[in-house]
Amino acid sequence: MCGIAGLIHRKQTGDIGQEMTAMLQSLKHRGPDSTGYALYGKPRESELVLRFKLAEQAEMSKGFDIHRQIQERRAEIDRRLAELGAKILQAEPATEYAFRYRITFAGDLRRLANYLEDVEGAEMLSMGHGLELIKDLGDAARVNEQYHLQGFVGTHAIGHTRMATESDVDIRSAHPYWAYPFADVSVVHNGQLTNYWNGRRALERSGHRFVSNCDSELIAVYLADRMARGATLEDAMKSSIEELDGVFTYLVATSDSLGMAKDVMAAKPMVLYESDQFIALASEEVAIRSVFPHEINTFDPYEGEVRVWKS
Amino acid sequence: MALMTKATALGMHTEQLAGRTQQRFFKPEEEPRYTYPQAFEVDFDRQADIDATDLDTRAINLRIRELMSEGYGTIVLNNPGAKHSLAVGILNRLNLQIRGSLGYFGCGLVDGPNIHVSGRVGWSCAENMMAGTIVIDKNAGSTFGAALRGGDLVCKGDVGARVGIDMKGGTILIGGRAGAFCGFMMQRGRMVILGDAGKNLGDSMYDGTIYVGGRIAGLGVDAVPAEMTELEGQWLERKLKMYGLEAPKGIKNMQKIVAGRQLWNYDNLEPAEKKLIL
Repeated sequence: MCGIAGLIHRKQTGDIGQEMTAMLQSLKHRGPDSTGYALYGKPRESELVLRFKLAEQAEMSKGFDIHRQIQERRAEIDRRLAELGAKILQAEPATEYAFRYRITFAGDLRRLANYLEDVEGAEMLSMGHGLELIKDLGDAARVNEQYHLQGFVGTHAIGHTRMATESDVDIRSAHPYWAYPFADVSVVHNGQLTNYWNGRRALERSGHRFVSNCDSELIAVYLADRMARGATLEDAMKSSIEELDGVFTYLVATSDSLGMAKDVMAAKPMVLYESDQFIALASEEVAIRSVFPHEINTFDPYEGEVRVWKS
Repeated sequence: MALMTKATALGMHTEQLAGRTQQRFFKPEEEPRYTYPQAFEVDFDRQADIDATDLDTRAINLRIRELMSEGYGTIVLNNPGAKHSLAVGILNRLNLQIRGSLGYFGCGLVDGPNIHVSGRVGWSCAENMMAGTIVIDKNAGSTFGAALRGGDLVCKGDVGARVGIDMKGGTILIGGRAGAFCGFMMQRGRMVILGDAGKNLGDSMYDGTIYVGGRIAGLGVDAVPAEMTELEGQWLERKLKMYGLEAPKGIKNMQKIVAGRQLWNYDNLEPAEKKLIL
């Protein structure tokens, strides 16, 4: 089933960590397997924030050797960053297997991402000037507690609660997906793509990488591919409505925008609240009510609709 | 006028005009009155309030039932918080005022209550409703009134897709626009959309009637336009007035959609085949 949520503070910032936790926790019944956040803080043009993991959570209980392996993998990450000319400003573990680095780097992002992901067990969750992508197993309360997201101040966010149906229960298959290797682009999705393998094969032939077998990843890579060819976010989303088969509603976020697209059958839910100060979207209104308990006007976007808002 | 004659004049091929809600439009003595043997005797002048803030769905629905058993005929439900499956399975006369919004499956499987929702309702509101009235002041999600069998279901704002899918009777009134596939496999009843209707309107409908006040994005398979009768015009006028609604371009300019009946193949089947399909 899965639940998705998004919010934007227009021309201001807010505690998006706390707000997204409240929204996702109220959608827990739609997917208790994993929870993920794409949080957008104030962009720092001179810096990149890297979120990556060096092992799956499940590996941590499979023997002592994994602890040593993670240390070795992290040392290799540090060495490769230095080799490519990146300067580490801050390096902190979010958990034993997931890390947050602030770096300066002037080179090619794809080369950097590819080189770091070449380290065994490494997966780049996100790279961006404002984006920080956090995902792990369990509900929002658990992930929030693990990663200390309360107090994360920013402009906008998207999030996901996952019910695993056609791929594994692991961090690799959890949402959001970063639109590798585009800085600050992330996607969450509720639905099912029926032309996943055809679409994936076509994109892989164009040189894109996939880390999971989750159909939602295809949306992120598809949008990245279209934008790389010069399409705007909105145009890329509109073409996705035509080219992606199946039933879906997805949210995509960039450094300053949040977009929503719904398939032509309108088979997957989405409720929208829009005001001058705030926009909130979720699979169910109960998530929006967790942030706005007072009476507000909400509505359903229609079939085939694409909307993009600026923060 | 005989009931069957009236039904035919209203553009319906098979529908019998029956049930409590029809009493508002026709002579009460013509209509059978039905209440469940286990229904509670309630007094509409006795009012009780429920604050739903800290209650879960089950507790709220049980509290409504308890209050009805105590004879309360008017219940005000405050702070519903868009929780799911509220006010379901009410098989009783009841005046229920919901102050706020409902989540999924609100007011489903009801038979008899008069419900007013001041906010919005989520997907599948009033699914399988048998009789009574439900009026929503704001918007509604998709599958509004799915498999409706009777009563009046009114949304004064916009609704999502698949309104009245598989509906088997009753009336759905929408003040604003509606999404795609409304009236999909509709079998009986009437649907009134005062704003625009999405594509595939009335797709594969067997029977029933759809009236649209705005633009129709596209008709579904076997849905065809038809001429509106005078009695239908009168019915629409009274029905809209009753709920404070107006056709933006006037009732005379509304479009009427019915089943083309090209998909009616059942009569050509052998009894054994019919049993398999139906």
